[in-house]
Amino acid sequence: MRYSRSGRPKPQGGGRETAVWYLMRLTGLALFVLALAHYLILHFVFDPADQDVDFITNARWNQLFWRAFDWTLLMMVLFHGFMGVRTIITDYAHRPRVRAATLTVLYLLGAVLFVLGTNVVMTLPTPGAR
Amino acid sequence: MLLRYRGGEGMIAWAFHRISGVAIWAFVLLHVVDIYLVGGDPELYDEVLKVYASFPGRIMEVLLGAALLYHALNGLRIIVMDFWPPLTRYHRALWYGCWAIFTAVGLPVAYEIMAPVYGWPEFFR
Repeated sequence: MRYSRSGRPKPQGGGRETAVWYLMRLTGLALFVLALAHYLILHFVFDPADQDVDFITNARWNQLFWRAFDWTLLMMVLFHGFMGVRTIITDYAHRPRVRAATLTVLYLLGAVLFVLGTNVVMTLPTPGAR
Repeated sequence: MLLRYRGGEGMIAWAFHRISGVAIWAFVLLHVVDIYLVGGDPELYDEVLKVYASFPGRIMEVLLGAALLYHALNGLRIIVMDFWPPLTRYHRALWYGCWAIFTAVGLPVAYEIMAPVYGWPEFFR
């Protein structure tokens, strides 16, 4: 049997669940770079006390690179985070209707974050939102 | 559960991975909403940032960084064992390696994040 200590066993069959298993690892690798870089830049290199709306509009999102970086990070984290929580829900919610209802709420929440995050990163005027 | 079930390092690694994952996910919910405020309600965003820069805010920031770093390192360990199954026999050594990197990287970063609150010298700037 193929198994890993602390990781989820790979679903056999080559269907959608196997694809999700591979994508969790692929997005995980991307997040290892993107999320750690994001944290180091915005919590370590720049202090939160020096950050406000003008910092974002004039020093971060005035560059297409950082908008693309942040949107890619958002896409990776939405897939990885929501598929991860989905695994936990299916582990603990056994009654079919409870499971279906919880997963529906989860996917709706994911869709809302997709819309909010994409909207602000695509439409925020530069420079200055006010 | 962590104390009674004697699953050893692998089980604790798994439990920490889950707990840190859910914690990061919860922060992402908050963070996407607060970034949305940059366009939606800039004044409110500046208020939220002041909370993040406060003393309790920085404690939460360090805890978030700890969850992120553990999840990232242990996630890499899982990927290594998934794609090179023979290395699974060294899963304990890999886990202790994760903690070594976690400590070496995490402590200086935590020190630097907390520095402004205590007025400690800022070695890294």
